[in-house]
Amino acid sequence: MEHIKELLYKMADDLLVIGHRNSEWTGLGPILEEDIAFSSMAQDKIGHSQALFQILHELGEPEPDTNAFMREAKQFHNAQFLELQNDDYDFSTIRHFLFDHADQLRFDNLANSSYEPLAKVARKIKGELKYHVFHADIWLNKLGNGNEQSHARMQTALNNAWNYALGMFEKGDYEAQLIADNIFEGEQSLQNRWLSVITPIIEKANLKIPAEKDWEPILGGRKGYHTENLEQLVTEMSEVFRIEPGAEW
Amino acid sequence: MINSLDPRIKREQINEDNTIAPLTEMDQFETYEVFHQKKRGDQHVHVGIVHAPNAEMALLFGKEQFGRRGLSVNIWVVKTSNVFASDYDDADIFETVPEKQYREAGGYKVMDKINKYKKENKA
Repeated sequence: MEHIKELLYKMADDLLVIGHRNSEWTGLGPILEEDIAFSSMAQDKIGHSQALFQILHELGEPEPDTNAFMREAKQFHNAQFLELQNDDYDFSTIRHFLFDHADQLRFDNLANSSYEPLAKVARKIKGELKYHVFHADIWLNKLGNGNEQSHARMQTALNNAWNYALGMFEKGDYEAQLIADNIFEGEQSLQNRWLSVITPIIEKANLKIPAEKDWEPILGGRKGYHTENLEQLVTEMSEVFRIEPGAEW
Repeated sequence: MINSLDPRIKREQINEDNTIAPLTEMDQFETYEVFHQKKRGDQHVHVGIVHAPNAEMALLFGKEQFGRRGLSVNIWVVKTSNVFASDYDDADIFETVPEKQYREAGGYKVMDKINKYKKENKA
């Protein structure tokens, strides 16, 4: 079961961390309608994360809330990409685009997983993921093809995000077993599919993926190595829960 | 700095003498009217308005504003400026003379006939 737990933990942590980061835009979004849409998607991510923590709990891990809020930053398995501070809306939009495509493709594959509890979650959240990607694509296109300023900012954000984004596909220790057991296609295959899906959309937005010779995936997140951003996030996210663990809200 | 308990205001660090800038053209997007359909075959019903820079983003917002709770299968958005509306000054065109019940569905007394028919066919 260790191989399944590893997969579940990295996914659950990715979703929890990005869900929290994206929720930081609540009340600060560029316009009211976008504020609501972005916040609503952030809530979806937390919900998806909760579903995965629930499976982990059924496999003998702690309660979802305890697991989410009582661990230290170094016990998180999310990719470093997702913990980075929001900076500006350009970076958040690029991250939303790059992560959500990977997220959708990952769940797409898992919908046919031999591990039924995960396959069931994947099938259930399909529609929400479709909207998230739909949202990301439209914003990328609009800002990439907007005016000179919006285009330049999106390109800079993409450049800054790229190597972090590649770090999402960091391989775990059980990669071969997950593939052999038909549980998950594996990070390499996922990354290849991700690249083939996002490349034409990025081109259509008049943006450029950094040259391949400069690709240096930023790894470590899956193994508990994080930037200082995660500690700040975990502290803030769990602040209320830790006042009185187990309290009913 | 404006001292507030609202975390958004604290984070924004707004100066006391912050004057509100006048609205410019780019401050507001156009509005789109949103029509929502609960299930296939139903009429689309007007549910509200969203601001958006183009139609596809209006759809994106319309879905989240008006379609995220309850049943939905479809959404339409229409630029507000494309709606041709009657004038409230002309509201009197809807006024109708009361002595014309024959033009209203309620003016037809059919229940008597139906009951009579039922009675006859039962016998």
